Amino acid sequence: MKRLTKAILVGTILLGIYFMSFAKGAEEEFPVAPPPMPEGSFPCSNCHASLEVNRKKRELKEEHTQIKLRHAENLRWCLDCHNSNNRDKLRLYNGELISFTASYRLCGECHGTVYRDWKAGIHGKRTGYFSGGKRTYYLCVNCHNPHDPKFKPIKPEPPPLRPLE
Amino acid sequence: MEDKRYTRREFIRTASFTALAGLSVPLLSSCSREEAEDFLQKNFREMTAEEKKQMIAKLEQRYLKKYGKEFQISTQEALPNTLWGYGLDLSRCIGCRRCVYACVKENNNSRNKRQSHWIRVLRLKRGNLTKLDESEHYYNPSLVPEEGFTYMPVQCQQCENPPCVKVCPVHATWKEPDGLVVVDYNWCIGCRYCMAACPYKGRVFNWGEPTIPKDEVNSSVHYLGNRPRMKSAVDKCTFCIQRVREGRYPACVEACPTGTRKFGNLLDPNSEIRYIIDNKRTFRLKEDLNTEPKFYYFFEA
Repeated sequence: MKRLTKAILVGTILLGIYFMSFAKGAEEEFPVAPPPMPEGSFPCSNCHASLEVNRKKRELKEEHTQIKLRHAENLRWCLDCHNSNNRDKLRLYNGELISFTASYRLCGECHGTVYRDWKAGIHGKRTGYFSGGKRTYYLCVNCHNPHDPKFKPIKPEPPPLRPLE
Repeated sequence: MEDKRYTRREFIRTASFTALAGLSVPLLSSCSREEAEDFLQKNFREMTAEEKKQMIAKLEQRYLKKYGKEFQISTQEALPNTLWGYGLDLSRCIGCRRCVYACVKENNNSRNKRQSHWIRVLRLKRGNLTKLDESEHYYNPSLVPEEGFTYMPVQCQQCENPPCVKVCPVHATWKEPDGLVVVDYNWCIGCRYCMAACPYKGRVFNWGEPTIPKDEVNSSVHYLGNRPRMKSAVDKCTFCIQRVREGRYPACVEACPTGTRKFGNLLDPNSEIRYIIDNKRTFRLKEDLNTEPKFYYFFEA
C-alpha cells in the first residue's frame, strides 16, 4: 500500500513537471522587428548603472523630457514596466524580466484579446515571406508609442484625378 | 447532265478568301516584324512550354531595350492546394492611400498624369457602410482619419464566380487554379466588356501608352501580373501574383501603416485569413450578386 502511494506521488510530480515544461514551451519566440529606440539610448544601463534608483513619481526635468506619459498615467509610473535594478530589461507583473524584443508579453498582460490576435497575425503587421522565407512581425511598439499609444492621424497620399481634370 | 458552273455561294466564298488574303498581306507587311509577331502570338494558355520560353526571351529583350534593365519574367504556375484569400480590417483602415501608391510602384502601373490605380479607397459616413453610391474616393483632407468617417479600400475581389471572365469575347482573362483572375495582356483586344461587367470597378484600361520612369521600373515580374503593359490592354489587381506564388505578402499588405490588410491561403486551416473567417465578423462586398469574392472585410471586435 505504501509503495502504491509513493508511486502515485512520484507520478503526480513527474506529470506536473511535464505540464510545466509544456506551459513554458507555449511562450513562443517570434521573428520580431527591432524595437524603435532613440539612437544611442540603448543599453539603458550605460547611464542608469551608475545612477541611484529614485522610485518617486515625478516630472522628469533633466532626461527623457520628450516622454509624455499618456497611457493610464494616473495608475502607472516608469518602474511599473521598466525594471529598476537592470534597466536593460522590462518587468512583468510576476517579476519575470524580459528583453525589449519580447515587449509584446508585457503589453499582453493588459491587452489580452489584442495579444491573442497579434499572435495569430491579425492585429499588427507582418512583412516578408508568409511561407518559405524570412518574415518580420512588427512589435506593438513599432506602431504604438508605449508611452502614448494612441495612433496619430497622418497626411493622406493625393487622391486620383477626377475624370475632367 | 448538270451544268458545271459557279453557284452564288461558291462565288462569294472564293471572292472573300481572295479579298482577305489580299488585305492581310499589306496589313502584316505594313507593320514591323515585332508587331507582326505579337499579332500572331498565341493565347498564353495554348502555348507549349517551348513557345512560352521563346516568348519570354523576346519580351525580356524588348524590356531591356525599353527600360535598360534586366527583367526576370516569371511564368510560375499556381502552387498545389492554394486558394488565395484577402482580409481587410474596416475598423483599422485610416484611408491614407499608402497601399494605392505601393501598388502602382510594385505593379509597374502607368505614371502618366492620370496614374492607373488598382485600389480605390472609398470614404463612407460612419454607419453608412451599405450605401456605396454615397461613397467618395476623391477626399483630400490634411489629416486622416477624419471624425465620423469609415474608409473602405476596394480592389479586384478575385471572385470565384467572376462576371468579367464570363463576358470576355476572346478568352483573354480567366481564373487560375489558385483563384487569381488574370489577363493575358497580349491577347486582350481592349473591348472593355469586362470593365462593364465587374461590379467592383476592379479593372483599369490603358487609354494611352503607359509610362514608367526608368529608375522606378520593377524588373521582377510575372507574365500574367505586373509586367509593363501596352496601350489598349485592360489590367487589374492580381494579389501581386509575382509575390504570392513565391510565398511573399502582396505589396499593399506590406505598405499599410496600420496593419489593416491580411493575406493567406484559404485552404490552410492555420493561415491568417482562416483565423479571420473563424473568429471575426466578416462580410464580402455585394454578396447578393453571387460572385463569391475571396476578399473578406472584417471588424476587429
